[in-house]
Amino acid sequence: MNHILEFRHVDYSYHSMEGEVHAIENMNFTVEEKEFLVIVGPSGCGKSTLLDLIFGLIRPGSGEIIGAKDSIGYMLQQDHLFDWRTIEKNVYIGLEISHRLTPENKEYANDLLKKYGLYDFRHKKPQELSGGMRQRAALIRTLVTRPKLLLLDEPFSALDYQTRLNVADDIGSIIRSEEKSAILVTHDLSEAISMGDRILILSPRPGTIVRTIQMSFDSSLSSIARRQTDEFKQYFSELWKEMNQLA
Amino acid sequence: MHKQLTAQELYIRKQKHTKISIHLLQICILIAFLLLWEISASAGWIDSFIFSSPKKLGLCAADLLLTGQLMGHISITLLETFISFLLVIVSTLLITILLWLNKPLSKTLEPYLVVLNSLPKSALAPLLIVWLGANYKTIILTGMSVAIFGSILNLYTGFVETSPDKIKLVRTLHGNRAHVLFKVVLPANIPNLFSIMKVNIGLCLVGVIIGEFIGSKRGLGYMIIYGSQVFKLDWVILSILILCVIAMLLYFLLGRLEKRFVCE
Repeated sequence: MNHILEFRHVDYSYHSMEGEVHAIENMNFTVEEKEFLVIVGPSGCGKSTLLDLIFGLIRPGSGEIIGAKDSIGYMLQQDHLFDWRTIEKNVYIGLEISHRLTPENKEYANDLLKKYGLYDFRHKKPQELSGGMRQRAALIRTLVTRPKLLLLDEPFSALDYQTRLNVADDIGSIIRSEEKSAILVTHDLSEAISMGDRILILSPRPGTIVRTIQMSFDSSLSSIARRQTDEFKQYFSELWKEMNQLA
Repeated sequence: MHKQLTAQELYIRKQKHTKISIHLLQICILIAFLLLWEISASAGWIDSFIFSSPKKLGLCAADLLLTGQLMGHISITLLETFISFLLVIVSTLLITILLWLNKPLSKTLEPYLVVLNSLPKSALAPLLIVWLGANYKTIILTGMSVAIFGSILNLYTGFVETSPDKIKLVRTLHGNRAHVLFKVVLPANIPNLFSIMKVNIGLCLVGVIIGEFIGSKRGLGYMIIYGSQVFKLDWVILSILILCVIAMLLYFLLGRLEKRFVCE
């Protein structure tokens, strides 16, 4: 397998008038092709900072991040669909920005909308859609730019529990069927186990990796199906123990 | 008709009735006011020389319309208002974008803008007349001076308050500052821009009238000042009434425009 991303001794600090905050310390890890990596940790351990570093919104203080910056898609906590655009136009926005609004890409966008049940809603405004549909639209907006690696920053945290399980299941299977690599940041342990191939546990600030848990679920299991298995419970208690030691 | 109405139909009917009775009441107040005015003038309760009367105003308007003077005055005031309004909107947009692009610049200029905004602009008008001469340019500039500083401050606040997460979204789609401006900041501020425009059109009218008071031989502001000096108070009151109608129409016009452009 090939690395699509590698962190080498990455350090990062925030600067503000109140002082310096050491957010990330000596971080080392790799992400393989088609791998679904989940990062968990106590709140304020620099999880979102990590994604901003990977995407290149901010630069590390020291160390190296190796990977193709231009083929990364980033999904934020909220969908941030624009009220003044239709769903279709919202999905096109990434293509507009990168000047790739070609007929082929439009067709790809429409295929994705069809495949994930939003085609009939393409001329609707975001405020007419349910939370789950909006989140799927946001994912399609990211996918049409054809990223190799997807960054997911607690993308389900704005949803109610029921919707959250379903959307996580949906989005997990979309990412697998489109054969993308993904890095999910979350503080929800069961979400981490149900979606990931591998979990990195971060320490409180300054964040660094304290443990890695490699999981081995049957690859045909959906994220909801995983929650029913015995392995799920084992991974959960293992993760729970680790997290409690950190707190 | 003795058809049974559903609760929903009754509700809608009631809402409609309320709406119609409010309109009726509004019109009644206007008619009652005019009637009372006319009666008090003809009965001698008030001096119609200084308070005029609807009848006298009507005759005065007809007279001025026939000689073609009134339309000339109205159109010059309207034209000056429109030009200063358009210039205010264009320069507000350009200056606000410039300030948004350059944070240190906006921080530097902020106190100056605040002072200029709170300054009573009528105090500036005499100075502008002396500097630039008594011509339409001065009047347009007076109109602009009343509106521009406040609208820059308002629009800039709107720009700065644009959701940082929406801006981050554009950055995550590899957008640059121009994309942030055109895809997020400007579209997000369209409703804001319209409410600023609604305030501005009135302010420009105020500024233009101030300008015409001191530096013009034409326009409704001139009619008011000239009328008061030669005691043609019919002229003064007629001009004020026309200004009311103009202000209402301009506001209404912008409201219609807003409905077309701003999605609900």
